[in-house]
Amino acid sequence: MATITLQVNGKSHVADVEPRTLLVDLLREHLRLTGTHVGCDTSQCGACTVWVDGKSVKSCAMLAVEADGAAVTTIEGLAKDGKLHPMQEAFHTCHGLQCGFCTPGMVMRSVELIQRNPNPTEDEVRHGLEGNFCRCTGYHNIVKAVLTAAETVRGGAQ
Amino acid sequence: MSGAEGLGASVARKEDRRFLLGRGRYTDDITLPGQTHAVFVRSPHAHATIRSIDASQALKAPGVLAVLTGADVAADGLGGIPCGWTITNKDGSKMVAPLHPALAQGKARHAGDPVAMVIAETRAQAKDAAQLVEVDYGPQPAVAHLNAAVAAGAPQVWDEAPGNVCFDWHLGDAAATEAEFAKADRVVSLDLTNNRVAPNAIEPRAANGHFDDVDDRYTLYTTSQNPHLIRLLMGAFTLKVPEHKLRIVAPDVGGGFGSKIFHYAEELLVLWASRRVGRPVKWTSDRSEAFLSDAHGRDHVTHAELALTSDGKFRGLRVRTLANMGAYLSTFAPAIPTYLHATLLSGPYVIPAIYAEVKAIFTNTVPLDAVRGAGRPEATYLLERLVDKAARELGIDRVEIRRQNLIQPNQFPYQTPVALQYDIGDYPATLDMALQAIDYGKFGERKAESETRGKLRGFGISTYIEACGIAPSALVGALGAGAGLYEAATVRVHPTGSVSVFTGTHSHGQGHETTFAQLVNERLGIPIENIEVVHGDTDRIPFGMGTYGSRSAAVGGSAIYKAIDKIVEKSKKIAAHLLEASVADIEFEDGKFRVAGTDREKTFGEVAFTAYVPHNYPIETTEPGLEDSAFYDPKNFTFPGGCHLVEVEVDPETGVVEVVDVAIADDVGVIINPMIVDGQAHGGLAHGIGQALLEECVYDDDGQLLSGSFMSYCMPRAADLPSFKVGNHVTPCTHNPTGIKGVGEVGAIGVPPAVINAVIDALAPLGVTDISMPATPEKVWRAIQAAQGGAA
Amino acid sequence: MRNFEFHRPQSVADAVTLLKSNDAAKLLAGGQSLLPVMKLDLAQPSDLVSLARIPGLREIRAEGNDLVIGALVTHDAVASSPEVRQRIPGLAGLAGGIGDAQIRNRGTLGGSLAHADPAADYPAAVLALGATIVTDRRSIAADDYFTGLFQTALAPDEIITGVRFPVPACSAYAKFPHPASKYAVVGVMVAKTAGGVRVAVTGAGSKVFRLPALEAALAASFTSGAVSGVEVAPANLRTGGEASPEYLAHLVKVMAKRAIEACA
Repeated sequence: MATITLQVNGKSHVADVEPRTLLVDLLREHLRLTGTHVGCDTSQCGACTVWVDGKSVKSCAMLAVEADGAAVTTIEGLAKDGKLHPMQEAFHTCHGLQCGFCTPGMVMRSVELIQRNPNPTEDEVRHGLEGNFCRCTGYHNIVKAVLTAAETVRGGAQ
Repeated sequence: MSGAEGLGASVARKEDRRFLLGRGRYTDDITLPGQTHAVFVRSPHAHATIRSIDASQALKAPGVLAVLTGADVAADGLGGIPCGWTITNKDGSKMVAPLHPALAQGKARHAGDPVAMVIAETRAQAKDAAQLVEVDYGPQPAVAHLNAAVAAGAPQVWDEAPGNVCFDWHLGDAAATEAEFAKADRVVSLDLTNNRVAPNAIEPRAANGHFDDVDDRYTLYTTSQNPHLIRLLMGAFTLKVPEHKLRIVAPDVGGGFGSKIFHYAEELLVLWASRRVGRPVKWTSDRSEAFLSDAHGRDHVTHAELALTSDGKFRGLRVRTLANMGAYLSTFAPAIPTYLHATLLSGPYVIPAIYAEVKAIFTNTVPLDAVRGAGRPEATYLLERLVDKAARELGIDRVEIRRQNLIQPNQFPYQTPVALQYDIGDYPATLDMALQAIDYGKFGERKAESETRGKLRGFGISTYIEACGIAPSALVGALGAGAGLYEAATVRVHPTGSVSVFTGTHSHGQGHETTFAQLVNERLGIPIENIEVVHGDTDRIPFGMGTYGSRSAAVGGSAIYKAIDKIVEKSKKIAAHLLEASVADIEFEDGKFRVAGTDREKTFGEVAFTAYVPHNYPIETTEPGLEDSAFYDPKNFTFPGGCHLVEVEVDPETGVVEVVDVAIADDVGVIINPMIVDGQAHGGLAHGIGQALLEECVYDDDGQLLSGSFMSYCMPRAADLPSFKVGNHVTPCTHNPTGIKGVGEVGAIGVPPAVINAVIDALAPLGVTDISMPATPEKVWRAIQAAQGGAA
Repeated sequence: MRNFEFHRPQSVADAVTLLKSNDAAKLLAGGQSLLPVMKLDLAQPSDLVSLARIPGLREIRAEGNDLVIGALVTHDAVASSPEVRQRIPGLAGLAGGIGDAQIRNRGTLGGSLAHADPAADYPAAVLALGATIVTDRRSIAADDYFTGLFQTALAPDEIITGVRFPVPACSAYAKFPHPASKYAVVGVMVAKTAGGVRVAVTGAGSKVFRLPALEAALAASFTSGAVSGVEVAPANLRTGGEASPEYLAHLVKVMAKRAIEACA
């Protein structure tokens, strides 16, 4: 077992884990943050996407011990004081989610996408989401939501 | 449309917030006190005898509580996994339905067949120990593909099914069809395969079983589209305990697409194992395990022939299909290629005579069953490919050949030669609407522009019909179903006027918590924030048949309407009493009961309160309380239909096909929430485009699944798809109280042939006349090479 | 995944010591290739030696006419580095097309080269640009580095610390990605280097390889037309995959043409 210390959604945690424990298992099983999901075992689907030190990563392709000392943000940490992040709000108003299973990973990646590229084209959004699968929406309304959120955030920054 | 939240309002979903905050509650999120974990040992062989299983090393591994095998299943008397539909052969005999033990007994019949179950303190420990279970297999010859399975001398999956034939069935009038072919001017024929696909809901299946020895009661959390059906099958056939001892909860479920309809071995086994180990047992599928254990879909080989007059009028259709069942019969498997496929072969067309023969075949592969569309995509694909080919061979415009054969609006109700009676539709209207949306008249200009970029542009069309809103119980019973297909609802009005709706359908993405609240709002005028929709728990819901076949709004919504009728009827009695008027004079509108022709009124809330505080009350004739239930059994299927148009660009150098435009016009009946209806269409389109271009379960000749992960099975990504143009033209369903038809599957049904027709259209100038699904780059490139006499 | 011991040495020397003392130890960089294969039990190391805490492996710097990129620099860092984008845009473009955004945030140059997946993108860049792989003990020319399927010239206890890329006159990468995995079915990198035109092909063979005939043709005339006169023999290409050797051979030529056009 290894002892690790990390920040998750702004709170410090100390955990004893087997070295083979994946970050996603630490989040789901040890910290009971079940908003981060697992949809595959080959790191394709992106349902497990979280931020580690501000960058979106697939938490099924990272060991918990690698996150020692890191700051992790999960979907549970995105809304502030009960107020949805503009990306969450846009997914809601644009109907960018159906079953909700891919949604946490999709939202986390989408927020990073518009942070990196505040004014993306539809094509850039579609390519920017190639690490996240959705089986419900056909992506149509997800793309719309990301473009809408980008616009909202740009407007707010002005 | 009534108010801002009633029918026709694009209300943002009530259920979104918990999902967006990461607070959804999916099966794998549930950890019970004393939780243990199960992992299955699965056969690596497609076909093998099981000589022995040695669990001694596994039992010694850290944290292991039990290792269970088929022998334990047999010793405890668990029933085989039942098939819920029996097909009658041409000769009057019944189909072959072999025993499907929950854990293999004596023989494994497909790669992935569960052979043993390891239960341990943690999932990691169970996985470690599963590798220590030693199974001595005697590999046998296996068969995976339809044509190989029906060949002379093929390996036999089941001794009791000679030639691997499960059933040999037919529908339609063979003689009348023969007569049409005999006098036809032209006959066009086509050989097709409908590619095998994996459902791939992003949430893998999971089950968490708990036996409470104090109450002698079982609770199962499971990823199901229909918890009551699972309770029915477990109670009566597999676990064999009475319903009141069995609670099935399907909490938030991360997509179904058909795959979570069926009763699977794993959910039975965790519940059974919980009783054996005395603690809750949870299993969650890996994706690679899902490929080997979730029911696959499609997998047909078909020969189809269309008889026409020289001016392109359809006269007769003959179809011969082999349908893969896999190694065991899944819950609804036999119904898919028969009653959900052959009955649809008339499509939206007048075809005087149709004859279809379907042989279902066992193979050493994962069982097949319904996947989004279920039989109807297969029917639509063969018909729309055949119609396109006929247009080309007869030199008739592909739009016009369809237009002149469509059933006209004045021909409804329309009786097809393959059992169904369509109640209503307006197929020319959806055809025109879609053509306008894609600006068909300017296709030539777009094609020329594509050419300047070295791309071949193609236009593809599909006019389709589907049957959903399943289904009239008496009819499906006569056809072999083991259950009724009505739906149930309870509407509970609380004393302060808020409402809980209990529905037997299950929402796993469809948005029922919103749309069913909108139905109640439409009828009772209550704001949707005061309406709760409860689903997915057999302890809370009176009964239900679940969600599949685009039935929830049409059948489940109608049950809610019927329950509301009873509520309104009773409320009028209460209001009449309060207003000192006769019941016949009470009108109900906008949430208010009014004495006709006066301004004397009581609000719905006042009536509800009175029902629970019956001080001034017609107690002699009316019970207190305001709650009622209804079971709605549909009178007929519903028949959504429409037109799907696709434009593709093919890169002739690489064979890559890009879908550049999709415009559809559907008639899905009355629409509750346009935003949600469009979303359902989008998802179906992605599924259908995925089948046409990307997705395929590939087995080798020995029955090994080669496309067993997302590394090799190609799921549609955002960049593989364009934005979609979705239109609707409504003709309300004539036989249910809501007018709703259903929308969940239309995209997956209508669009695949439009994609392939577009690819063939793009390649036609090069001489290509056929391409199979999925139209992968190499397949397209080879078709081009072959047409041009190249080396490939 | 099987369990293992996890180590976080603070220096390359300590990492080498750990590798020397454990035959079945493996290095962990970004883990985007290694962890997926460990999850499928296709790799079962006894020890994982993480490079994450070793300083100095995450730098991108210009040295004369070379660009030196540290082993732990992520694909995303290469793709978005102004230095790389300006001096070797073909390399930045290649890095920006590896996997997907999340994988590019974790995956590293050194990890990719040590793994030596025959369908990975970076080997094409390293070989076409005539780069040098710098390890804890020596420099290895790209031409000598890739020795076979998942095989390299690295000793079991040898650690890549960086890669030295000579800046070419121009370079471009054209990739035909696998639709599911996004690995290269065929990827062709073309570069005009000080030592001449170099063309490297990934995906199509058991390891990345050069196309000397095309290089010669391009040396004479750097136009996409040069491709048509060059034979790519299917017999030398990968078999048993989803793509046939004939199709792979065809794609090599198409991707080469597109890379040349992007380069010219």
